[in-house]
Amino acid sequence: MALFKLTVNNRALQAEVEGDTPLLWVLRDNLGLVGTKYGCGIAQCGACTVHLDGKAVRSCVLPVSAIGKGKVTTIEGLSEKGDHPVQKAWDEVDVAQCGYCQAGQIMTAAALLKEKPKPTDEEILSTMSGNICRCGTYHRIREAVKTAASKTK
Amino acid sequence: METLDNTSRRSFMKLAATAGGGLFLGFNWTNSSALPVVVSTKQVAAGSVNFNSYLSIGTDNFITIISPNPEIGQGIKTAFPMVVAEELDADWKLVKTVQGNLDPGAFERQVTGGSGAVPHSWDRLRKAGATARYLLVEAAANRWKVPASECTTSDGKVYHKASGKSLSYGELAEEASKLTAPKEVKLKDEKDYKLIGHSVRNVDNHNIATGKPLFGLDFYREGMLFSIIQRPKAFGMKLKSVDSAAAKAMPGIVDVVTFDNSVAVVGKSTWQVKKAREALKIEYEKEADLESTSDHNRIFQDLLDNGKATVRRKNGDVEAAFKNAAKIVKAEYQCPFLPHSPLEPMNFFAHVREDGVELIGPTQTPDRARGEVAKLTGFPQEKVTVEITRQGGGFGRRLAADYVMEAAKVSKLVKAPVKVIWTREDDMTGGTYRPAVRYRFEAALDKDGQMIGYKLRGVGMNAGNTTREDNFPSGSVDNLLIDSVDHKSPITTGPWRAPITNFLAYAEQSFLDEVAEAAGKDPIQFRLELLEKAKKAPAGDVKYDVDRMIAVIKLAAEKSNWGKKKGVSQGFSVYFSHRSYVAQVGEVIVEKGKPALKNVIVAVDCGIVINKSGSLQQVRGGVVDGLGHAMYGNLTFKNGVPDQSNFNGFRLIRMNEIPEVDVHFVNNGISPTGLGEPALPPTGGAVANAFYKATKQRLRNQPFMEDAAFKSIS
Ligand code: FES
Ligand code: FES
Repeated sequence: MALFKLTVNNRALQAEVEGDTPLLWVLRDNLGLVGTKYGCGIAQCGACTVHLDGKAVRSCVLPVSAIGKGKVTTIEGLSEKGDHPVQKAWDEVDVAQCGYCQAGQIMTAAALLKEKPKPTDEEILSTMSGNICRCGTYHRIREAVKTAASKTK
Repeated sequence: METLDNTSRRSFMKLAATAGGGLFLGFNWTNSSALPVVVSTKQVAAGSVNFNSYLSIGTDNFITIISPNPEIGQGIKTAFPMVVAEELDADWKLVKTVQGNLDPGAFERQVTGGSGAVPHSWDRLRKAGATARYLLVEAAANRWKVPASECTTSDGKVYHKASGKSLSYGELAEEASKLTAPKEVKLKDEKDYKLIGHSVRNVDNHNIATGKPLFGLDFYREGMLFSIIQRPKAFGMKLKSVDSAAAKAMPGIVDVVTFDNSVAVVGKSTWQVKKAREALKIEYEKEADLESTSDHNRIFQDLLDNGKATVRRKNGDVEAAFKNAAKIVKAEYQCPFLPHSPLEPMNFFAHVREDGVELIGPTQTPDRARGEVAKLTGFPQEKVTVEITRQGGGFGRRLAADYVMEAAKVSKLVKAPVKVIWTREDDMTGGTYRPAVRYRFEAALDKDGQMIGYKLRGVGMNAGNTTREDNFPSGSVDNLLIDSVDHKSPITTGPWRAPITNFLAYAEQSFLDEVAEAAGKDPIQFRLELLEKAKKAPAGDVKYDVDRMIAVIKLAAEKSNWGKKKGVSQGFSVYFSHRSYVAQVGEVIVEKGKPALKNVIVAVDCGIVINKSGSLQQVRGGVVDGLGHAMYGNLTFKNGVPDQSNFNGFRLIRMNEIPEVDVHFVNNGISPTGLGEPALPPTGGAVANAFYKATKQRLRNQPFMEDAAFKSIS
């Protein structure tokens, strides 16, 4: 066990865990940030997507020891009031069915739009195809990413 | 009058506090014709009024309604309150929905399964809303001393046009609660609906998009322990010995306990118990056959030819029909085992205390969970509480209570509150799968291409009756024999979204496409002729609604411009399942010599559509689910061990693999007949038939990806 000091959602937090513990479980079990979801644990589904220094990463395969000074953003910290353009688009387009995959979808989409504010259809497809939605909400995920892009300056 | 049980009173009081006093209306979930009762807080607290469930209107104008059925992504938590709010003429912005906990005293059929929640509750919900509205109007009319007939309602207010007066529901709630509910109450005309039939966004959108702890896996309580369980790796194996010393010595581990054939590692965090599980040394021994997929293929053939079949339906003289046939068509179709793969894996919290049991988590059948845990622990049912969380999908998997029982067993053994978590690998290899099935179809045609004989035999692996003997084409063929054979396998199975029909529909609708071709008829025309026959000269009982089926067929044909699109290969399929009718047209385009599925046109008759947005989602999601599993889903076995254990080996459909899905609803004013499942069954057939049209290759095995015919064209 070791003490890890992390910056999560602009807060300085710490957790005493084994160094190989994936960030996902540190967030969920130690820091009480359960918005980041577990779906597969092997980087296949994207449910656990968070931002590390603004880039989308899969927290289920990211050992806490590898984070160092990196800044972590989770769905809880994407915006203060839940009004990030992607979050708003998700409501407007009414994307969620069960909702379990959607935090990961939103984090993936938000990272994409940060890098490419006006992504092409191809770019949306290739990025978002990394995230599984078992309920099959893909049509609306696609639409919501476009909606969010159209509203981002 | 009966008295309230404690559970009802507790949940009532909780809500009374939320609503801050006002009108409480109890309505009966058990009997849709029973009279709603108005209750005051005082009466309820004294336990003198029996109500079954209610909506409440607070003096703060907020309206609260309990949605008793588990929300697994089917949208019930939004649709139920919409119906009440419609009849109430409520202001939707002021409606709050609360997920009800298990409370058999208050709710009947607190189940999510069989697409039955909305059909079950339609009348009850409307009456509850209309009764409350009636009382609020009465209260206003009394206050204004005007006839109630001169008052109107909208957006949570009562109006008196002549005097220009208005009062909000909140202002009237206290007075309304003192009035007596009417015996009969007039319900709205469909044409006056303002919410029903329109698009209302999911009530939990904000919570979902901001990562609030909604799901079972998110539940946490101070002092709670985590547990991961090692179950036998092979179906047919049982536990022989366990050496847990190394696991117990690992950091964070509190205990390792054994029950049935399972070894549970209990500790302080998910990762710690997961790692410690790897340190267990367990020996297993054989207790039944260790089956492989190659065994199943052999068993299928053997039982199709020689199995002792149970006859499910018989009409006319099948043998004679086949003897006299001008043409006989024969084909076999096969589908593999499938895991449910809800994105939130199985998990449950249990605390077995000295005085009772607390259960919290995702379940489609809270009542079953409670009953089984009560039996296990020896507590009477009322000492077992079940709190239902939002669920990350269910697809039928959460109809079983095995994972709830596990949590209770572990909690009982370690005498602490425990949450049992299944890893994805546990979830995929842990059983209760959609059973593998093989069908043999035979059709006899006379010289005019009339189907005069039809035979279907289904062989399933722990599937029970693999047929739906009274579904179409039964009733339209004079000589018919439908039977089934079941193989008892150690591999566990259970209902999977649209049980049986999720693969029967594909097989049957593909076969009928083959028969239509042999008869030299257009696939749609062929089906319509059969349905005409079922109507005019039925062969035995007809247990589906022929007109509703014809209507969806015609709508799909019209919307897809059937047979008239250049360069597009269309495939047709129609199916009746649960209580609804769905027809689909798949469209394949050949690009650079390769066929690609571009579009699926869907015509749905589920009666009145409650939430347009949610219903569109259900249908699109059903098509994507049906397509994805028909295309890629495959769970195979070697010596009782599943070959696939996570999404790297088991492929789920992704965004770049979906076609456009164009949905049309039949508008016939029939009471809602359910939509969680019926859109899925027809998809495999529409897709397979479209691929056939484009390539002349029949896809008779799922998953298509691994069918030799599909490989030859892709
Ligand atoms: S849980 Fe991390 S990608 Fe699936
Ligand atoms: S909404 Fe259920 S998994 Fe995506």
